Amino acid sequence: MIYGYNMVKKSDLMPGTLDMMILKTLTRGPLHGYGIASSIKRASDEVLTVEEGSLYPALQRLLLQNWVKAEWKATETNRRARFYTLTVAGRKQLGVERSQFELMITAIGRVMQDA
Amino acid sequence: MEMIPRFFKRFGTLLRRNRFNSELDEEMAFHREQKEKELREFGVAPEAAHRAAVREFGNTTRLKEQSYEVVGFRFETVWQDLHFAIRQLRRSPGFTLTAIVMLALGIGASVAIFAFVDTALIKPLPYKDPTTLADVAESGKAFRRSNLSYQDFADWKKMNKVFSALEAYTGTGSLIDTPSGVEPVPGARVTAGFFRVLGVTPALGRDFYDGEDKPGAADTVMITYQSWQSRFGGRPDVVGQTVKLDGTPNTIIAVLPATFQFAPRGNAEFWKTMHELNNCEKRRSCHNLFAVGRLKDGVTVAMARTEMLSIAKLLENQYPDSNRGQGATVQPLYEQIVGNIRPILLVLLGGAALLLAIACVNVSSLLLVRSESRRREIAVRGALGASPSRLTRQFITEALVLVLSGGLLGLSFAYCGMHVLLKLISKDAMAYVPYLAGVNLNARVLTFTGGICMLAAVLFAMTPVLRLSLTALRDGLNDGGRGAAGVLWRRIGANLVVVELAIAVVLLVGAGLLGKSFYKMLHVDFGFQPDHLATAQVVLPETSYAKGPQAVAVTRRILGDVAALPGVKSASFANQLPVSGNGNTDWIRIVGKPYNGEHNEVNGREVSADYFKTLQAKLIAGRFFAEDEDASKPLVIVINKVFAKQYFPGEDPVGRKIGDTSLTPTSLREIVGVVDDVKEGGLDEAVWPAEYRPLNQNNDSYLGLVVRTTQDEKLVLPALGTAIHKIDPGIGVVGEATMIGRINESQTAYLHRSAAWLVGGFAVLALLLGVVGLYGVVAYSVSQRTREIGVRMALGAQQSSVYRMILKEAGWLTGIGIGAGLICAVAVAALMRGLLFGIRSWDVPTLGLVAVVLGAASLLASYFPARRAASVNPVEALRAE
Repeated sequence: MIYGYNMVKKSDLMPGTLDMMILKTLTRGPLHGYGIASSIKRASDEVLTVEEGSLYPALQRLLLQNWVKAEWKATETNRRARFYTLTVAGRKQLGVERSQFELMITAIGRVMQDA
Repeated sequence: MEMIPRFFKRFGTLLRRNRFNSELDEEMAFHREQKEKELREFGVAPEAAHRAAVREFGNTTRLKEQSYEVVGFRFETVWQDLHFAIRQLRRSPGFTLTAIVMLALGIGASVAIFAFVDTALIKPLPYKDPTTLADVAESGKAFRRSNLSYQDFADWKKMNKVFSALEAYTGTGSLIDTPSGVEPVPGARVTAGFFRVLGVTPALGRDFYDGEDKPGAADTVMITYQSWQSRFGGRPDVVGQTVKLDGTPNTIIAVLPATFQFAPRGNAEFWKTMHELNNCEKRRSCHNLFAVGRLKDGVTVAMARTEMLSIAKLLENQYPDSNRGQGATVQPLYEQIVGNIRPILLVLLGGAALLLAIACVNVSSLLLVRSESRRREIAVRGALGASPSRLTRQFITEALVLVLSGGLLGLSFAYCGMHVLLKLISKDAMAYVPYLAGVNLNARVLTFTGGICMLAAVLFAMTPVLRLSLTALRDGLNDGGRGAAGVLWRRIGANLVVVELAIAVVLLVGAGLLGKSFYKMLHVDFGFQPDHLATAQVVLPETSYAKGPQAVAVTRRILGDVAALPGVKSASFANQLPVSGNGNTDWIRIVGKPYNGEHNEVNGREVSADYFKTLQAKLIAGRFFAEDEDASKPLVIVINKVFAKQYFPGEDPVGRKIGDTSLTPTSLREIVGVVDDVKEGGLDEAVWPAEYRPLNQNNDSYLGLVVRTTQDEKLVLPALGTAIHKIDPGIGVVGEATMIGRINESQTAYLHRSAAWLVGGFAVLALLLGVVGLYGVVAYSVSQRTREIGVRMALGAQQSSVYRMILKEAGWLTGIGIGAGLICAVAVAALMRGLLFGIRSWDVPTLGLVAVVLGAASLLASYFPARRAASVNPVEALRAE
C-alpha cells in the first residue's frame, strides 16, 4: 500500500451500502466510474475507498435493475468515458434504501448505547 | 414482474458479449489512467505510478468476469467447461468409447423393455373408461376362470345390480370363399351391446342395435378394419354389401375402427351377434362364453365379485344339476388381457435394470480411476485459482457429456431393439397381444429415458466429487500422496466391483433358470412322439357334411388320400390337437360308483381310429378303436392313465361304463382301453383326466389332421391342402404346421423362450461388463502398486509370490462378489418362481455353473494384470519414482 489511507475494505462495508452510496453520489449529476470512486472517497474524508473490483460489478447490477443509465460522453479533457445517470426508478430506490439504512443505523446505535 | 425484461437484457448482453467486453475494457483503462494521473500529480514517478495503478486496480480479467457474472448467464463458463470436457474425453478415446457404449447398452436395454412395459401395462386399454370394465366368467373346480353358460349369462345380466351393462362374447370361425378357394376365417359372436360396453364406435356404418342378438334377427356382420383393407380393398361402399359366411349371406353393417383391438379374440375378422343360439348355448350345462361388464359408479371389482357369487349361489340352488360348484369370477378387464404377460415383462425390466446398474457401476469405477490419475491436473487447476465449485462443475459437465452421448446412442439402440423384438413376434402370437403393436418412443418412454439419464449423471458427477472432497486438493501436488490414494481407491473401487460381480451373478442365474425351465418345458413327457408329425386344421362345410354318415365318409376319404401321399405313414383326425390347451371338458359319472352330484370334469376328445397309432402313444391296457366303430355300434371310449388312476384307483377300468351326470341311457359308453397320458394342455399345464371318443360316433366339423411321416415332415405340409381340395374344394384347410413347430410356437413356449433369450442376452452382457470391470480394478491396482512390487522383488520376492498376491486380491473380490450374488440370486429367483417350470429357484447345478463360469472368467481377467505385475523389472519400477 502506497498511501496511508484509513481504508475500509469493501468486505467491511455493510452489504448494500455501496449501491446506496453510488446512487446518492449520482444525485449530484452524471459521473464516470472513476469519478464515482473519487467522489465517495472525498465525501467520506478518505475513509472509504471503493475498490474497482466491487465498483464495476455494482454498476452493472444497477444498470440491470434500471436504476442508472449509462452513456458514452467526452470528459473535460476530451477523453471518451462512460457516464452514469440516475434514473427516476433509481431515485425512488435511493429513498427506499436510505430509510432502511437509517432504520438499521438507529437500531445499531441503540444496541451500542445500552451496552 | 421485472424478470422478463431482465432476462432479455441478460440475453442481449450474452449476444453482444464482445461489445460488453470492449466497453468494460475501455472504461477500466480510463479508470487506470485517471488513477495514474492522480498519483503523478501527487509526485510519484511516472513509471512507479503506472505500476502502482495497475497493481491497485487488480486483475482486470477477473474483474471483468465478476462484472459479467452480474449481467450475463453462466453460459460462457458452461461453454468453456463443455469444451474442456469434450477435449478431455477425446484425449482418452478408449475410456470415452467404453463408457459411452456401456451406458448405451444399459440405457438401450432398459428403454426398449420399458417401452413394452409402457404399451402393455401402463398405457390404458383403448376403450372408454377402461378401468371400470370387468372380465366376468364362471369358475369351476378345475378352472379358476371358466367359460360362462349362455343360460347363466342371461340370468346374471337380469339379476345383477352392479353392472350398468354386461355383454358376452365367444369365438367362432366361418368358411368364406376367396379367389384362392375357401378359407376358414376366425370370427366372434357377441351380444348386441358388446361394442357399446367397450365404448367402441364403428369407423363406418352402424353398431348392432338392441335386440339384434335375438332369434329372428337378420344375419348382419361387422368387419375389422384390417379385414376391410385386405378382403374388400378398403372400398367405401362395403357397408350394405353381403358376404357369404359358411354359405349363408350376411349383410355387412359396419367397419370397426383401425385402432380396435380385443386381445381375447385377437384374430377375429368377422363379428356377428348371437341371434341364433347353437346347441351348446341352449343348454345351461354347456359353457362357451365370456363376458365384459361395465361397473356402475362407485362399484368396485370386489363388490361386483361378491354380488355375482351370490347370484351364482342362487342359480346353484335353483339348477343343482347343471350349476353345482359353479361360482363366478370378476376381475378387471386389463388383468385378463395383460395378466399373463405382466410377470415376464417385469422380469425383463428387472433384468434390463440390473444391466443398467452394472453399466453405471462400471462407468463410475472407470471415472474413479480417471479421477485418480487426474489428481495432479485438478490440484494444478485449483492452485491456479479455479474455485472448488468450478472444479465440481467440470466433473458434472463431463458426466453430463458422457450420459448425454450414452443416452442418445442408447435411445437409438432402444429404437432398433424395439422394432427387432416386435418383428420377432409371429403374426399369430401378435393377435393375442395386439397392444404390443403400439410400442413406440412416446413421451412417457422419453421421460423414463430422461429420468435414468439424470440418475446416471448424478451418480457419475458424485463419484469424483466425493473422491475429491475426501482428500484435500493440495495433496495432489506432491505426488507422494499416492499411497493414501491407493488405499482409498482400493476401498471404493473394490466395493464397486463386488457389486458388479454380484449383479452379474443374479442375471446369469436368472438366465440359467429361465433357460433350463424352457428346455425342460420343450422336453416334457408328451406321451407321444412329436417329431415327424405334420398337422393342419380342416374345416368341413356344414352345408355339405352336417349329417353323420356324410361326415364319416368324407373323413375316411381324406385320411385314405392323405395316408397315400408319398412319405406319409399314417393319417388321423382329432377334434383338438395335442398341446393346444386343457378344456373342452365333459362332466362324467361312473356306473356302479356312488355319486353325489359333483362335477367330475375330464377333457373330452373325438379322435379317429388310427389317432394313437399315428401319435405313437403307448397302449397301457385294453385296445384302441376299430375303424368300423361308428354310430351303428355300441359307444366306446379310451381313457388316459390319469383318468384311470383318479377314478379307478387299484381297479381295472377296461369294461367299466361311464355316462353323463344323470346316466342317461344314450350317454352310456364303455371303456375299451387305457392310453398313455398324451399332453393335451399347454406345456406348463398338468395332465388332466381325458376320455377319447371315436370320431365316427361323434362327428365334428372342425378337425385337427395329424400325419405321421417317414421323411422330413415339413415337406409333406404343402401336399395336405392339395390332397384335401381334390376331394372337395369347399373344405377349408388352414394352419399347416409341424407338431414340433406348433409346440415351439405355442404361447407358453413363446413367452418363455423370449424371456429366456432376452434375460440370457442381458446376462452375457453383464458377464462381459463385470469381467471388464474386474480387469480394470485389478489392472489399476497393479499399476498403483508397481513400486511396491518392485521393492518386493528387489528384496527377493519370487514371481510366483507376486502372482499369488495379485490373484489373491482378485480372488477375494470375486469370491465376495459371487457369494453375495448367489444369495441375491436365490432371493430374486424366488420372486420369479411363477415363470420357472420343473426347476426350483435354488437349482444347485445352475448356481454352481454360474459360480464356475464367473469364477473362471474372473481368473482370466485378473491373470493378465498379474502377469504384468510379475514381469515388473524392479530396477525400472524403482527408477520410475
